[in-house]
Amino acid sequence: MKISIKVNGVSHSHDIEPRISLAQYLREELQLTGTHIGCDTSGCGSCTILIDGDAVKSCTVLAVQADGCEVTTIEGMANGSGMHPIQEAFKEHHGLQCGFCTPGMVMTAAEIIKANPNPTEAEIRDGLKGNFCRCTGYHNIVKSIQHAAEQIQS
Amino acid sequence: MIPSKFDYIKASSVDQAIELLDQHGWEAKILAGGHSLIPAMKLRLNNPSILIDISGIGELNSITEQGDEIHIGANCTHKAIANSDLVQKHLGLLADAANTIGDIQIRNRGTLGGSLAHADPSADYPAVVLACDATIEVQGKNGVRSVAATDFFQGTFTTALEGDEIITSIRFPKVSQGNYQKFYQSASRFAVVGVAVVKDGNDVRVGVTGVSDAPYRATAVEEAYTGNADAAEHAVDGVEVMSDHFADSDYRAHLARVFVRRALEA
Repeated sequence: MKISIKVNGVSHSHDIEPRISLAQYLREELQLTGTHIGCDTSGCGSCTILIDGDAVKSCTVLAVQADGCEVTTIEGMANGSGMHPIQEAFKEHHGLQCGFCTPGMVMTAAEIIKANPNPTEAEIRDGLKGNFCRCTGYHNIVKSIQHAAEQIQS
Repeated sequence: MIPSKFDYIKASSVDQAIELLDQHGWEAKILAGGHSLIPAMKLRLNNPSILIDISGIGELNSITEQGDEIHIGANCTHKAIANSDLVQKHLGLLADAANTIGDIQIRNRGTLGGSLAHADPSADYPAVVLACDATIEVQGKNGVRSVAATDFFQGTFTTALEGDEIITSIRFPKVSQGNYQKFYQSASRFAVVGVAVVKDGNDVRVGVTGVSDAPYRATAVEEAYTGNADAAEHAVDGVEVMSDHFADSDYRAHLARVFVRRALEA
């Protein structure tokens, strides 16, 4: 089945099987391996990307469902050589250990901050309910998002 | 994990979706948000040979005020419902329930119609739909019909929908006093117990989810209630209480009484 998707500002057209998930499409067809697949059943959030600006778990969206949509992945967050303020904050505040969950954390953080530019710690923790960090490094992830929000506001 | 092979069709209208359902029978499944169906297909618990995607049918996306009712299209996402001014103003308990579902990402995709049609016994919306005495509008090859919430839920993953029917909208009478209380399953955030209460003086309607194989109206509580929350002791009267590794039946019954009490007192 033919699909056309704009990913990180670049248009792509492919003929794919309907049963291919968007996460698989991004990783295997477009070689955008920054989107990670953890549980593959919408529990862990490591495959989170933005579809038309909304954070979604790309393992639970078929690529054919995203036909005609605009997708942003972790690779699309940086502006040229400069990191996105959320990425910068994760680096600065040690918001990662093994790094597997990080792309999903950053993409969810983007929606948390977009919906609420000045989130409290509790609001950030509530917003991260769909993202697991098995290093259990949540404390610094929350701190990173708080700092990123402050950076973006200023 | 990759599902079995299937054909995918994006329906452009309700009529087309129904025609396809009628044509393909039980081999076909309706795809809305897909957040229950796609994981089930990956696990090969469900292997439809054709998916009919209704998410592009714009007429199923509206939230409107119609006299004393709020009409919500089947395709409205949990996020759209939680953020709707009309829902917050007239159906606060529905907005609250929508906000307790899953997480941000799931609320961005999952839909009201999809959740009701799927009929997971631990889903949140059914408790609210029952307490609000809402009406589920369905459409099939023989036309449209209205199903009362109390007639809709028949058991685990089982509803009054016929094979060629889809939910088009849900009609909720406006609520002036109501609330939703929930005991979360801590990983999935489904309801181990969820209780919706709508009050009009000493008249109450109580919807309960998570407790039995189908959500139910706690009529024994409704009859016993005269303004005193002790009526919550009747929360599971006549109900066969589920038991699983999250909560055995005694604990679940206890939770049901506690959460009905909280909802009556709120």
